[in-house]
Amino acid sequence: MAAHLSSGRVNLTALREAGRRELREFLDKCAGSKAIVWDEYLTGPFGLIAQYSLLKEHEVEKMFTLKPGRLPQADVKNIIFFVRPKLELMDIITDNVLREDRGRSPQRDFHILFVPRRSLLCEQWLKEQGVLGSFIHREQYSLDLIPFDGDLLSMESESAFKECYLESDQTSLYHAAKGLMTLQALYGTIPQIFGKGECARHVANMMIRMKREFPGSQNSIFPVFDTLLLLDRNVDLLTPLATQLTYEGLIDEIYGIQNTYVKLPPEKFAPKKQGEGGKDLPTEPKKLQLNSAEELYAEIRDKNFNAVGSVLSKKAKIISAAFEERHHAKTVGEIKQFVSQLPHMQAARSSLANHTSIAELIKDITTSEDFFDNLTVEQEFMSGIDTDKVNNYIEDCIAQKHPLIKILRLVCLQSVCNSGLKQKVLDHYKREILQTYGYEHILTLNNLEKAGLLKPQTSGRNNYPTIRKTLRLWMDDVNEQNPNDISYVYSGYAPLSVRLAQLLARPGWRSIEEVLKMLPGPHFEERQQLPTGLQKKRQHGENRVTLVFFLGGVTYAEIAALRFLSQMEDGGTEYVIATTKLINGTSWIKSLMEKLEPAPF
Amino acid sequence: MSRARADEEEYWHSSKFRAFTFDDEDDELSQLKESKRAVNSLRDIVDDDDDDLERVSWSGEPVGSISWSIKETASSSTSSLEGRDSGLQKGSSSYAAFPKQVSSYSLSSLFKGELCLSLSALSDTGVKNYAPELRRPKAEYKDYSSDWSPKDTVRRMQRGKVCSLERFRSLQDKLVLLDEAVAGHDGNVITAVLIFLKRTLRREILFRELEVRQVALCHLIHFLKEAGEQKLLLDLLRFLDRTEEVALSQYREHLNIQDVEKRREFLKGCIGLPFSAEDTSHIQDHYTLLERQIIIEANDRHLETAGQSEVFRKYPRKASILNMPLVTTLFYSCFYHYTEAEGTFSSPTNLKKTFKIPDKQYVLTALAARAKLRAWDDVDALFTTKNWLGYTKKKAPIGFHRVVEILQRNNAPVQVLQEYVRLVEDVETRLNLATKYKCHDVVIETYKDLKDRIQLTAYKCKVERGSAEEEKINSILNNMQIRWKN
Repeated sequence: MAAHLSSGRVNLTALREAGRRELREFLDKCAGSKAIVWDEYLTGPFGLIAQYSLLKEHEVEKMFTLKPGRLPQADVKNIIFFVRPKLELMDIITDNVLREDRGRSPQRDFHILFVPRRSLLCEQWLKEQGVLGSFIHREQYSLDLIPFDGDLLSMESESAFKECYLESDQTSLYHAAKGLMTLQALYGTIPQIFGKGECARHVANMMIRMKREFPGSQNSIFPVFDTLLLLDRNVDLLTPLATQLTYEGLIDEIYGIQNTYVKLPPEKFAPKKQGEGGKDLPTEPKKLQLNSAEELYAEIRDKNFNAVGSVLSKKAKIISAAFEERHHAKTVGEIKQFVSQLPHMQAARSSLANHTSIAELIKDITTSEDFFDNLTVEQEFMSGIDTDKVNNYIEDCIAQKHPLIKILRLVCLQSVCNSGLKQKVLDHYKREILQTYGYEHILTLNNLEKAGLLKPQTSGRNNYPTIRKTLRLWMDDVNEQNPNDISYVYSGYAPLSVRLAQLLARPGWRSIEEVLKMLPGPHFEERQQLPTGLQKKRQHGENRVTLVFFLGGVTYAEIAALRFLSQMEDGGTEYVIATTKLINGTSWIKSLMEKLEPAPF
Repeated sequence: MSRARADEEEYWHSSKFRAFTFDDEDDELSQLKESKRAVNSLRDIVDDDDDDLERVSWSGEPVGSISWSIKETASSSTSSLEGRDSGLQKGSSSYAAFPKQVSSYSLSSLFKGELCLSLSALSDTGVKNYAPELRRPKAEYKDYSSDWSPKDTVRRMQRGKVCSLERFRSLQDKLVLLDEAVAGHDGNVITAVLIFLKRTLRREILFRELEVRQVALCHLIHFLKEAGEQKLLLDLLRFLDRTEEVALSQYREHLNIQDVEKRREFLKGCIGLPFSAEDTSHIQDHYTLLERQIIIEANDRHLETAGQSEVFRKYPRKASILNMPLVTTLFYSCFYHYTEAEGTFSSPTNLKKTFKIPDKQYVLTALAARAKLRAWDDVDALFTTKNWLGYTKKKAPIGFHRVVEILQRNNAPVQVLQEYVRLVEDVETRLNLATKYKCHDVVIETYKDLKDRIQLTAYKCKVERGSAEEEKINSILNNMQIRWKN
């Protein structure tokens, strides 16, 4: 189930195992049969830690989703709520508890498991509703960093960016620091910490403080990570706004990947056998898990989409040839050997079929005129062309009432690539957006302004060209098929965040001091002392391992770029990636939008 | 897009920009198709039932995953779980690969006694857990009543242990406690302390002290928003002189008002709030728009039920116009009230004037609305201008290629379409559009103007045999007066 977690340089299975054990311990505290009531948002992340079988072994007999009203009938001794500490969820729980039939026998015991942290505020809330006393166990499950893949960890905290940069609420940073402490407990103290940005500074401070306050935490594990790099998302607001052009990035842009799963339109995934049930085509979306456990996916996920087609057709030829082998198998031994390979070939065949279908779905979109026009404008902005005037394409999209998020992505991209828009240009866009999409969006525009995504050019100076040139963010000679630079992930644009990581490894940040000063927040370096016995003596040619932690979210294209750097022959550094949330431009902007009621249509 | 297609081609070829397309499109596509074929043909020789992969239901959820199980167990809460065991076996057998004691790591065992991140530390007390019940007097906490310092208190709270805060009586003590909490960065604890301070301090003092403690301040503002304590929030923001935030926060409230009359009244009250200059005009417009919509809605509902207006009979309204954006309202008014005099609230020209809608926006919207009604005369009038000599001239602020697109989307007949294709200034674009929408006359005339005999001859096979168009081509080709360029 979790073999893919141990495939990387750092074996993340240990982290998953720790999480599973924690869960078992909690379940065993509530003796007897149980039903779990789930905050639906949590089922995805929990699925990466445990399957139903684990719960069942610990007497979980029923599972429900949390919703107001009376709890379903179930003859169990315990009802356990698995929830995030959110006030609106507390209201639902209160409703559930109050409607419980007091006369029923035997009575059911209530418990709450807060994920990732108990909240005094929530408990206070429950107390005011008069139900706090109904809960026997109120505990927390510190699911801070969830292993997504052999080199990827996420906190899946949807609102982290909004909380950090809009509301200046640092709770998610506290959780990030806690998660890093857990990692260090499992994988050794990380000797070097680098960082850029306000939030990065906070997290580093918290880690150092936590270590000082609990000197017992000095462990004797040989450090796996050499370096930790903490990066604020607001140091690089540009990258998530651009359309990702890697295979995995495009799947996410178009269909949205949730906790490694994607839901796809079923039409292209015909029923397995022709002639059988051909009439009732599936109407439910096809759900697939995407991770490196699938050999083919691991190979193509990080390629530029333009390079995916040729790999797929090559694979198809290889598999066809392999199946052809059966005609040549004459002796019993040969037939036996062919048969023994069948399961593997079948898996490869079905994997190839799926990805060919997905590639077709994506290609329909990437070859559309609108995708092309949109990308043209993005690339113009990123390479610094016409960023200071009202853009025709954006105006046209507004006139045709394209989805608001698309408009906001483009306008924000233009603003970021121009170090803010001229007041006149900004006012023009604002007016058009409000008139076309509704005045209430003034609240959203305000949030974007506060987050620095959309702003008037105050200094009168546009720093972006200097940053672009110094960090080589725009590469003219990009090779999509056989890339030699990270800019292939956006077909020309090299993600700023990853460029910072790359330059840190070689030749070091001292070479870009000037540009670092132009980017928001402090940059810093800290060292954590190791006992002499644990200091690393590097073997010749052995790669360093760097953990890059994106505070406020990371895109799949950025992950692809870091993986590309890991695989470079003379790179010298391998990367493991951690983040508060896996994002794309759409989900990110959405998290900053004011929740408005749905239109009556 | 005003840049003509031809320019665009040129642009892509000559510039350093890379268009995002497959290099060799046909080849690439056929490769994909080919691999799909190959893959599909293999199905016949493979028995899928023996799939060695993880078993998945059609929706793709692995059987035995949590979300799958929620559906399963919830849908049959009465039947015993044993009945489905066969279905779950795959899941459990894969689990069996992980013996229970495979690892001795657990988050709590790692930290037990040290970091105290541990959950289980909570149960060490041997009794059931208490949440810090802030209001309870200290005496009730006999087990915990030792005098913790502010620092220890915060640390204990971070570990989820019970602490009475009532002991901190003096302002000085409370502020030290708050500063400790802030230094710990745990939002949960900071908020708990803030709730305690909010309850035990006078408002002015609380506000004054928070003003110099920005982190704590942000947490309180966030909390007040979450908890819906709007009044205290506004008081606080006013105290801090964050007037624009006060205004926006108050304006946000209108979203919670369902009744349109009440919403309108509320928006009226918002106009005077201290927004930025730019925002003030938007808020004013928002109010004016809703006011208009209420009037229009009442009128039109009446018209519709009376059944005497033809347009309402033919095209019944799909939804009410209330709370729709301005441009939608303009479209509505161009659709149902196009001919009304400027004096009425529902007339398009009145809307245009009141809200200073730019020409471009107005023409686009009016065009879309009239085209949908197939009112081609109105469309014509929209682009006709008269100069002082009385000559008429066609002009479109949005470019005629856009006009053509919109008309085409509304299924305009070729005769209408043709008229506007002819007006597209850029020759290349005109030819493209004319060819695409089969406006033969325009194509023929354009080739004639270009003196391009080869293209014109080639076009002959695109028109019907024996048609007037074919005849026209023939007569042009036979015209000896034309000096062809090829």
